[in-house]
Amino acid sequence: MAIVERATADQLPAIDRLGEDALLLRFGDAIDASTNARVHALSRQIARIRPAWLLDIVPAYATLALFLDIDAHPDLDMQADAIGWLRRQAFVESSSDEGRLVRIPVRYGGDDGPDLADVAAHAGMTVADVVALHASGRYTVAMLGFAPGFPYLLGLDKTLAMPRLATPRLHVQAGSVGIGGEQAGIYPRSGPGGWRIIGRTSKLLFDPAREPPALLAPGDRVEFVSAADP
Amino acid sequence: MSLRVLAPGLLTTIQDLGRTGSRHLGVGRAGALDAYSHSIANLLVGNRVDAATLEINLAGPTLACTRAAVIAVCGADIEARIDGQSLPGWRPVRVPAGATVSLGPCRNGARAYLAVAGGFTVASVLGSASTDLRGGFGGVHGRALQRGDTLSFPPMQVATDAVRIPGWWIDPSPELQWDVPAVARVLPPSDSEPSPHGLFATTWRITSASNRQGLRMEGRVLAPGDSTGRISEPVAPGTIQLPADGRPIVLLADAQTHGGYPRIGHVIRADWPRLAQLRPGEALRFRPCTHDEARQARLDQARRLARIALAITARSPGAKADR
Repeated sequence: MAIVERATADQLPAIDRLGEDALLLRFGDAIDASTNARVHALSRQIARIRPAWLLDIVPAYATLALFLDIDAHPDLDMQADAIGWLRRQAFVESSSDEGRLVRIPVRYGGDDGPDLADVAAHAGMTVADVVALHASGRYTVAMLGFAPGFPYLLGLDKTLAMPRLATPRLHVQAGSVGIGGEQAGIYPRSGPGGWRIIGRTSKLLFDPAREPPALLAPGDRVEFVSAADP
Repeated sequence: MSLRVLAPGLLTTIQDLGRTGSRHLGVGRAGALDAYSHSIANLLVGNRVDAATLEINLAGPTLACTRAAVIAVCGADIEARIDGQSLPGWRPVRVPAGATVSLGPCRNGARAYLAVAGGFTVASVLGSASTDLRGGFGGVHGRALQRGDTLSFPPMQVATDAVRIPGWWIDPSPELQWDVPAVARVLPPSDSEPSPHGLFATTWRITSASNRQGLRMEGRVLAPGDSTGRISEPVAPGTIQLPADGRPIVLLADAQTHGGYPRIGHVIRADWPRLAQLRPGEALRFRPCTHDEARQARLDQARRLARIALAITARSPGAKADR
């Protein structure tokens, strides 16, 4: 369902070389939902065609990286060729949202969410209201990074924004649902981390033996469901 | 059972040429930091260049060989012995069943690669045998070797009752020359943005906080161009990041897929092997480079590797070197 459609080879974002074997397509330089939606729309269109020389398509908040198989033609300027290819495609500028909707059950507070009370105090709200507000949000997976399967989520209500811990925890449990500034995310594995942890899911975010290995894909929509709810 | 780990060494991991196709899931490349030495070690024992090897970091493991094998050690100049007898690098060595292979400290360089004929039998995870330490998968249970691990390799019908060391070896120069100061060639961060001049005017020193994710350096404090409001963007191995403290970091194979620090350049691939061999305290200088130069350097290196492959095939009758 395309909301906006403009045709456009000449409306490609700015394209830069990223090292020797990648291109960086820049749509903007801020974290906002509409820029990120454009990143995912183009990412999906390129993924559908996926020429053999394209090894990786890596979305971020406002940029998209394409990694090229430069060893296949070591004597060619593959980056220049890829830029030429991108300009010849009839990509459709679109802000349609084709991501899947994934619901993630969360146990809020207690040992699962050691920072829930601090987030509530910081927001000037009750713990119950924080849970209700967090669980009523509609989030989008802006990108997966930091660690395999770690989703950076857009859509956190600004009232819940809270700076990271001054000193990161040495041990954050796998499945921990966190807040880092205005970003929301979920830790796939146990390890160190500085985000405010308000709850935890038992969903496995990343399993290399599973197909696909990551629970979430860039561009997916996410809803949190309080596990206390019936 | 084929190789039993008696002592694991500092950080010994299974690596191949790394992982592609999963970067959008936050999965980095991993793979041998010095892919050139890794590839030659494989070629010496008749493997394809992408077979899994052991990457040894600064100080190596002690391994009990329960079956006869052909091995090769390349990369760092490492103190190595088989049952007390000196094990020289850069050549295929026959090892009898029951021998103990001890890899000591690296005398020059930081990473050595041990290949075994047939390659280590390691499950491919997301297209590679490489250990992803951050994700905890690949290699041996996604971690560095531990005492008691066993590493299998396919039976190769190696008949030898004594250590056999050939009288020839491969010369790794110009890729690795310990007496030549390390210089890394750098592409600009983007077509429109030059690398800061201070990057090239400084002799950098590698700090001990360096690891497979990145080389951390000190020398002078560079002023970050626009450090305010940077949002996370894709990065790649070779990317030079400039955090707020003004001390650049060169990302290596285990780098995460996205980074929020300003990028001030990219070290070209042909110079990654030399980067991988830098030890804490050692000096590194950077030199600006064009995309044409980078491609030529990569091509030259690939040609040297192809010539080495031919030379090894000529020396080792019956050995396969089909890349």
